Amino acid sequence: MNYKFDGYRFDFVKHRKKYFIVSALLIIAGIVSLMTMGLNLGVDFKSGTRVQVQIGQTFKEADVKQAVEQIGLHSGSITTAGDKKDMAVIQFAEPIHKDEFAKLTKAMENKYGKGVSLQESTVNPIISQELARSALYSVLLASVGIVLYITIRFEFRFAVSSVLALLHNVFLVITLFSIFQIEVELTFIAAILTIVGYSIHDNIIIFDRIRDNLKHAKLKTVQDVEDVVNHSIDQTLARSINTVLTVVICAAALYIFGGESIRHFTLALIIGLIFGAYSSIFIASQIWVSWREADLKKSKKKNKLANNEA
Amino acid sequence: MIKWSRLVTLLLITAVVFGTVALTGKKVAMGTTLGLDLRGGFEILYEVAPLNEKQKLTTQTLKDATKALDNRVNKLGIAEPEIQAEGTNRIRVRLAGVTDQERARDLIGKPANLTFRDQDGKILMQGSDLAENGAQGVLDSQTQQPVVTLQFKDAKKFADVTQKYIGQPMAIFLDDQLVTAPVIKSVIPNGTAQIDGQKDIQEAKDLAAILNAGALPVKMKEVFSTSVGAKLGQEALQNGVEAGIIGTIIVLLFMIVYYRMPGVIACITLVAYIYLLLLMQNLMGATLTLPGIAAFILGIGMAVDANIIMYERIKEELRSGKSYLSALRAGSKRSLSTILDANVTSIIASLVLFYFGSSAIRGFAVILILSIIVSMVTAVAGSRFLMNLAVRSNLFNKPGYYGVKERDIREL
Repeated sequence: MNYKFDGYRFDFVKHRKKYFIVSALLIIAGIVSLMTMGLNLGVDFKSGTRVQVQIGQTFKEADVKQAVEQIGLHSGSITTAGDKKDMAVIQFAEPIHKDEFAKLTKAMENKYGKGVSLQESTVNPIISQELARSALYSVLLASVGIVLYITIRFEFRFAVSSVLALLHNVFLVITLFSIFQIEVELTFIAAILTIVGYSIHDNIIIFDRIRDNLKHAKLKTVQDVEDVVNHSIDQTLARSINTVLTVVICAAALYIFGGESIRHFTLALIIGLIFGAYSSIFIASQIWVSWREADLKKSKKKNKLANNEA
Repeated sequence: MIKWSRLVTLLLITAVVFGTVALTGKKVAMGTTLGLDLRGGFEILYEVAPLNEKQKLTTQTLKDATKALDNRVNKLGIAEPEIQAEGTNRIRVRLAGVTDQERARDLIGKPANLTFRDQDGKILMQGSDLAENGAQGVLDSQTQQPVVTLQFKDAKKFADVTQKYIGQPMAIFLDDQLVTAPVIKSVIPNGTAQIDGQKDIQEAKDLAAILNAGALPVKMKEVFSTSVGAKLGQEALQNGVEAGIIGTIIVLLFMIVYYRMPGVIACITLVAYIYLLLLMQNLMGATLTLPGIAAFILGIGMAVDANIIMYERIKEELRSGKSYLSALRAGSKRSLSTILDANVTSIIASLVLFYFGSSAIRGFAVILILSIIVSMVTAVAGSRFLMNLAVRSNLFNKPGYYGVKERDIREL
């Protein structure tokens, strides 16, 4: 590949309507999916208890169910998990009492030996509602903080474009979790907020380059705006690709080798990181281009009117 | 001409970094405080309610309750319990490394309003009449049965009671639960009493601990609990650490292959970064949890990003025809504001996380903030310093060392 200095390898700006359409379609799919299927909320977000049993050998789900029912508990669902298929996840729609948990521990030990290891989480609906609310506030507040910071350091248009792209990323991750009905746990919030941090990080680096290139450019025509943005994206492209690659390598290692308990977390992270890289090039920058061009046309019209009157 | 002094300094620093990590790395890694999700244990969130209608929950009652719980947990011999009041009506108890969960859970939440009542239910004496640490779980010297012996503050008061109710049963209640109702056979002049019926000495000791810790000044209800089996925790830790090592090695290889000489420097600073981050975390006494490991690995990504941004800039400057030294100067200077802006926004997001998040998320935020700060030192300042030494040593005066092709370089 030959590096050309005065041109750019790809006209990123030209196809922006297509990116917007793709994202719009995904967002619509997300709204439909959220309204019809909703999210597969884990016990962290609704009332109930989730018990994870490390059995250490393969087992039949029916056997576990039988053992659970023998001690008088009603399990909602029992699923097999773990790399070696040696872990049972039992969901109870009602929170189980600590005595019942002790009984369950004994029952599992009796059935599968002393080597079993149990993990339990019980949440009361009030607490989980609080959690969800605080998560929502966090994202909104983080957005406000980021808008303020970027407006001070850059300009308002950059700030709004970044935050729109960021909300777009967060929404699309939620969408995919809804479409594929992947369980949403407490750590999902941490993943979402990492995505917020990362997509902003990514946006800033491209906007920083646009800002840098604007110092030497005069934006008189629509073409000028598009050239600056195309140049800027082109110049930062190697960095954008390499960075998302290294972060995704880390997250993927965590997904593959990190074990069951953080798999949903890392999945959300990987999807979010990729959307983050995509949106900083194809959404945030393109919103800025459209906005800037609209402003440019407006001021031209004004000038024309002013000239005509004179 | 090759400047050996610079080269030797560079090698010396590299040796010091790797030497320190090799010699103390294991100790630092072992010194990390692990969260209960990584070593087993449990966490319970209690919702606190007043005992009766007259009582009002104040910060003081919440504090008293926390202290009473702390007493009990200490009596259990659990190291590093974390008991804290949250908001206006909650207490969070976090016990890592507890093996007998059932017992601990029982002991913490058990009420302890001790009363001695007559047949009609009239309260004769109360837990507050007990002497300080007056309850003891022992084996009865005659029967070898486990019992709890009680010592009252006022021996005379107890003597009067036993005299008045001689021949009658005296019921001992723990809150509204009848524990035992021994018949008073004789007047007890020395202010001691005893509760029997304990299964074993451990149960007797636990009951004594509850009694000594006094009555909980509030009612407590479990609203959230999470527990991790020790084995599950260890497996999670091992998985997380393995994943981290594998991810890091791939990233290091990538950096060397793609960025060549600067990539090697990135590896040195990255190793220093991981070491310093662990060290800082230990010094701060921060607890490493599973989401913390995730933040840790994300932090590695951010640190690598700082390197990538700088090296890409340097490559650009080299392509534009600048000399190695001025390319380095311009590249590191121009990349700094970019890295700074990007990191500040990430810190803002993390601060919001820390402020609004719950325990696990807070741990995540703390490590992310810490890692961004440490990466500014190693991946930005450290990298720049080492690159300076490398470039000034004149050993790497070929574009190939920087991953730049000769024909891409423009004339100035």
